[in-house]
Amino acid sequence: MADGNIGLWTVPLAVLGGAIRVSTPFLFVSLGECITERSGCINLGLEGTLVMGAMSAYGISYLTGSPWLGVLAAGLTGALLGALHAGICSLPRVNDVAVGISLMLFGTGLAFFLGKPLIEPTAARLPAIDFGWWSDVPQVRAALRINVLFLLGVILAPVLFWAFKTTRWGLLIRTAGESADAARAMGHSVLMIRLRATMAGGFLAGIGGSFLSLFYPGSWNEGLSSGQGITAVALVIFARWDPMLCLWASLAFGGAAALGPALQSVGVTSGYHLFNAAPYILTLLIMIITCSPKRTLSGAPAELSITR
Amino acid sequence: MTTEAADPVDAAAIAPAADAGFLQRYGAEIEYILIPGAALVAALLVFGVFVALFGKNPLDLYWYMYYGAFGTWFSWQNTLSRAAPLILTALCTALPAQLGMVIIGGEGALLIGALSATSVALALQGMPPLVVQIAMVIAGMTGGGLWILLSGGLRQYRGVNETISSLLLVYIALAILNHLVEGPMRDPASLNKPSTREIGAANMIGTIPGTDVHWGLVFGLILAIASYVLIYHTTFGFAARVAGGNIRAAKIVGLSVGKLILTVCFLAGACAGLAGMVEVAAVQGRTNANLAVGYGFTGILVAFLARQNPLAIIPVAILLGGINASGGLLQRRLGLPDASVLVLQGIIFISVLASDALYGRIGFLKGKS
Repeated sequence: MADGNIGLWTVPLAVLGGAIRVSTPFLFVSLGECITERSGCINLGLEGTLVMGAMSAYGISYLTGSPWLGVLAAGLTGALLGALHAGICSLPRVNDVAVGISLMLFGTGLAFFLGKPLIEPTAARLPAIDFGWWSDVPQVRAALRINVLFLLGVILAPVLFWAFKTTRWGLLIRTAGESADAARAMGHSVLMIRLRATMAGGFLAGIGGSFLSLFYPGSWNEGLSSGQGITAVALVIFARWDPMLCLWASLAFGGAAALGPALQSVGVTSGYHLFNAAPYILTLLIMIITCSPKRTLSGAPAELSITR
Repeated sequence: MTTEAADPVDAAAIAPAADAGFLQRYGAEIEYILIPGAALVAALLVFGVFVALFGKNPLDLYWYMYYGAFGTWFSWQNTLSRAAPLILTALCTALPAQLGMVIIGGEGALLIGALSATSVALALQGMPPLVVQIAMVIAGMTGGGLWILLSGGLRQYRGVNETISSLLLVYIALAILNHLVEGPMRDPASLNKPSTREIGAANMIGTIPGTDVHWGLVFGLILAIASYVLIYHTTFGFAARVAGGNIRAAKIVGLSVGKLILTVCFLAGACAGLAGMVEVAAVQGRTNANLAVGYGFTGILVAFLARQNPLAIIPVAILLGGINASGGLLQRRLGLPDASVLVLQGIIFISVLASDALYGRIGFLKGKS
């Protein structure tokens, strides 16, 4: 066993490890989008935020030598993009779905533009905690090398669940999402609530991006994100705007995304690209199963334009 | 002429900006040219400031952009060749927009269209070129059409949001393309860049006589004009616009909204699929990952900038094609990264959408967006 020759067990192990590794960006983006959508605004631009976050984290980590400053920079970049989104969406007659698409293109373009000099150099990467010390099998150890960001995300999910349910801020966000008129009647500015919710969502999505460039895959290039951002947005719909369900769904998606590389590592190379598309196919299938033309989804914020 | 001048107003009323359905004010047609124009100029100014931050002279930038896009006959031809697929992919967003749907999966339909066209051409090797070409057009349009029909069907029968499903289908299409190109359909001779076999020089659709612009431009023009006629001068188009304006009203007057959605989605996908066929039969000669250069995504921008009006798509596609065409020159002469074009497109897109707020300056949708 100790020589690492564990045969086909590699696949489930790699899927487990992948579920933990690959799910982190899904988790952060979906939790961020969850906050934003609960406030009644949809941000389809988180794909762009993710890529911008990845680029700025890598750049700052390279310049300062501190990956954690990189994570912070990614979050702030995301919050800025979120503020831009909320600001434009608050203008009259502006369609938030379309603005999201435009920010997706803008964020990706800007990240490629600014990130051009960052493809060559190597930045300091985020550390991982070795939870697999008890095992002699290298694959187990690899699967259990867990990044701190993942743990933060896992903690964040129940915290958000609790915050939506019991805190004043959670209630305000939900009010703005269910009925803007009610929030306004209570004397709150819907614009400010949505601005803050979208900025918080962008912050988290940016952090999700920093994970991509600073831990796994752990470098900056233009093919870094291929739709994780948009998959995560769809995942929020599947998770019924519930942070805890976002956590489980992210893990499932991470596992699906790890299937292709895992099979490749045991020599199943045909259909590699098809297995890589597994998260998208899974998202689509889940949406087909859970959506219905006859009713709006349970748990959907009533102000959300995309579910109407 | 007066009725035609009023038509863009209807297009705008049905554009996604109007998801709450508001009373359009007539008599301000000029707004529909002035406001997007101003948004475009504002975006160029912002981009000028952006490159100035990197120590480049914005005036040089504007000059090279103009020169690279429209300065010479050579650059005009380059621009027009790039405009052709943009017209077609923009129609993929503009047609469903008449029904109030936001389809952003033109890139996926383009890839599937290219794959279908290539497969047919490879299967029909040895047939007369005209037969092969016609078969490629039919296959490309059918493939792309069915791909977007999938999004429309999911929306109609399962209530799945068409924006997200069409975008997911882009990634799935790309995976299918990569799989086929590196696996079953791979030409063993293509070592560095996995590709399918070539469709053969005889089967290429060639260029318009006297130019280097391929026939795809003519395909684009024909389909844009046909779409315009379909939307504004047929009962079908009228029904689609009614359904886009108010779906409940459409159902009350007995329109079959489901059939409208499916037909329009098929037509939309067929346009993008034809773009894929054109890229294969006029530019690449085979299918490989080179096809996924973002024509589908730029097409979304074109459609929104043209306010989903099929006729306005033509000049806007030429403009955006020009911006794409000038990218190479910006790279060589100013040392700007190739992504500058993407940044500029993003700024234009944001600016145009934000300018929606200026129409009529009535803010009663405030807070509803």
